[in-house]
Amino acid sequence: MNNLNVSVSPHIKSPITTQKIMTDVLIALAPVTIASFVLFGIRAVLLVCVCVTASILCEFLSQKVMKRKVTVSDGSAAVTGLLLALSLPANAPLWQAAIGSAFAIVIVKQLFGGLGQNFANPAVTARVMMLISFSNSLAVATNTVFFDSVSSATPLAMIADPSKGTVPDYLQLFLGNHAGTIGETCSLALLAGGIYLIVKKVITWHEPFIFVATVMLLSIAFGRDPLTDVLTGGVLIAAFFMATDYVTTPAQTYGRMVFGFGCGLITMLIRVYGNYPEGVSFAILLMNILTPYIDNWTKKKVIGGAAK
Amino acid sequence: MYKKRMAGVKVPHRKNTAALAPVAIPLPKQVVIPMSMHIGAPAKPLVSVGDMVKKGQIIAEEGGFVSAPIHASVAGKVTKIDTVLTSAGRYMPAVTIQTTEEQPVDENIKPVHIANKEEFLQAVNNSGVVGLGGAGFPTRVKLTVKTKVDYILVNGAECEPYITSDTRTMLDKPDLVMEGIELLKRYLQPGRVVIGIEDNKPDCIELYKKRCANLTDVDAVALPALYPQGGEKVLIHNITGRVVPAGKLPIDVGCVVINCTTLAAIANYVKTGMPLVEKTVTVDGSAVAEPKNVIAPIGTPMQDLFDFCGGFKEEPGKILYGGPMMGIAVYDTEQPIMKNTNAIIAMNKKDGKIDEPSNCIHCGRCTAVCPLHITPFAIERAFKTENDEELVKLEVMNCMECGCCSFSCPAKRPLVQVNKLAKMRVKAYQAKLEAEKKAAAEAAGKEEKKA
Repeated sequence: MNNLNVSVSPHIKSPITTQKIMTDVLIALAPVTIASFVLFGIRAVLLVCVCVTASILCEFLSQKVMKRKVTVSDGSAAVTGLLLALSLPANAPLWQAAIGSAFAIVIVKQLFGGLGQNFANPAVTARVMMLISFSNSLAVATNTVFFDSVSSATPLAMIADPSKGTVPDYLQLFLGNHAGTIGETCSLALLAGGIYLIVKKVITWHEPFIFVATVMLLSIAFGRDPLTDVLTGGVLIAAFFMATDYVTTPAQTYGRMVFGFGCGLITMLIRVYGNYPEGVSFAILLMNILTPYIDNWTKKKVIGGAAK
Repeated sequence: MYKKRMAGVKVPHRKNTAALAPVAIPLPKQVVIPMSMHIGAPAKPLVSVGDMVKKGQIIAEEGGFVSAPIHASVAGKVTKIDTVLTSAGRYMPAVTIQTTEEQPVDENIKPVHIANKEEFLQAVNNSGVVGLGGAGFPTRVKLTVKTKVDYILVNGAECEPYITSDTRTMLDKPDLVMEGIELLKRYLQPGRVVIGIEDNKPDCIELYKKRCANLTDVDAVALPALYPQGGEKVLIHNITGRVVPAGKLPIDVGCVVINCTTLAAIANYVKTGMPLVEKTVTVDGSAVAEPKNVIAPIGTPMQDLFDFCGGFKEEPGKILYGGPMMGIAVYDTEQPIMKNTNAIIAMNKKDGKIDEPSNCIHCGRCTAVCPLHITPFAIERAFKTENDEELVKLEVMNCMECGCCSFSCPAKRPLVQVNKLAKMRVKAYQAKLEAEKKAAAEAAGKEEKKA
């Protein structure tokens, strides 16, 4: 009887693991990924394959080089790769997508210490980097395969400059049959994924709800159409999948609400006053930077603790 | 009941033995009785090697105010008084008694006559009873209260998985529990007595609701089965709405919390004069062949209880004193049953495996489930960077070490262990500050004298 384990309590743990959480996120992203294949065809399939493979490979290689434990199996690199692919337009060159993935994993994530240590969302930061570095290919949105013309302006660009065309009706916006990045157009699939995450208790409703509500209220205040503002651009994918990333957003409920509000505010300010028609990525990146401070400001009072 | 309840975690119940009435184990060959089965000073042995002792005879007296006497759990011959390595990792004197075939009972054992509060407290002391919920705090000390008692809370929550020994006390000895409540009412004069029971024990709730129906100042309430419902601070908050401040005791907010088995043991002593010499212990876990509730003399080696339960059906990977949430892992099965042992759990290799922690993903589950709203992820960061000031600010001293944070961590990080270590750091840090302040004051005093 000498091989008994001795450890500190508790001796049972909840069945939830990092790997299971990441798997749930991948499951939640499945509807929108499938929708992107349907809407944007083979280009979308290629983009997803390249980004996911490049992310996993970069994670593996950088962990080998840095002599860290290889944690590819936790699924976080796959999530990053998939999110990046979904936030690229269908005509983005594959080599640029691969560079973006490498940037996300190596520079944004591993150089800061790997999973849990990065201060900014890798997929969002990589997209912002690509938006600035490869502006020619990233700024032009691709139409879905159901259109005759290959490229067109996104609905948001049409709102900013009505000469570029008329915004599609709500049904087309909801189903995703309009120009945009491959993963942001199909609101139906994004909602399904988001609801799955909330039901599985991976995320709480606070952040997405406040984010979307802020966008809608500000849209009304600016005299725009609130529903169009939510259904177009990256609001839904960001609200459910990027503003809820554990690592780079506040850890407590109040903080998450502040984060959601900030994202909505910056998004709308950029859409209305900025040079870019879309501001979701910048909004998340800016709020990521504020996360440690929000965490500090919104800390719950310890019950029975010293009076503050 | 108070509406806004504290957070917690849903642990698996696994109350496999709830319906099994306790069975007494055959007399063990020998018992090893440690002199410290309670919080506070170890008891001082009164016997020497070679002495013959009778069952119930006092063999060690209390070693200070916060301490408790210890009695012989079997009749026999004292063969050894030496030190043993306890599961807490400390060396402790222990008395070994070789049992004899005859089991004479000490002739001093007779019903106790009590006339006033002093005599009651003396009786509680003489019974050797300590907090039987697991903490082992000497009950006489807990009941020595100088201020007004608004609430006496009888703890029947039993929120740990597997354990059903309190359930059995409540079901099998309701008379003793109610007599215990009567004693406390007479000598502590509380405003109200509330029996708190988790709602996964409907038969206990029904029984005590019926028992309390005719009593005006005693209630039985059903509490949600949410760990750590039986934690003192949680029980007080969820029943009365009062908050025990960090570093304070329940009596500071007018409450006394007492475990139902502790209460029954006191009542039993007053009724019969037999001190605490045996315990009902739940023997369960994935490696145990036939889980049972076992009545065993204090000092019986764990192995005897496992053997009585059909031995191990699988090779055990981890063996615990107490439940899986706060229990202590032991290094061998020769460890004795102690006063505050309410369960021994043998997990198989799979259940007893030690998790490999991965990186914190900042998901916030640890703080969302913390009953006291502490932020373990931030404490871990401050602890790693040895930031004592930050640790004080994060109020780690308030942590009651229930383990909800570690339980819910998807990265399987040992958060509650870090909290425990952080508390030690803070204590050392505050002592250092105190010493520096004193030195500075002394230096200032000297300066003044010179001037």
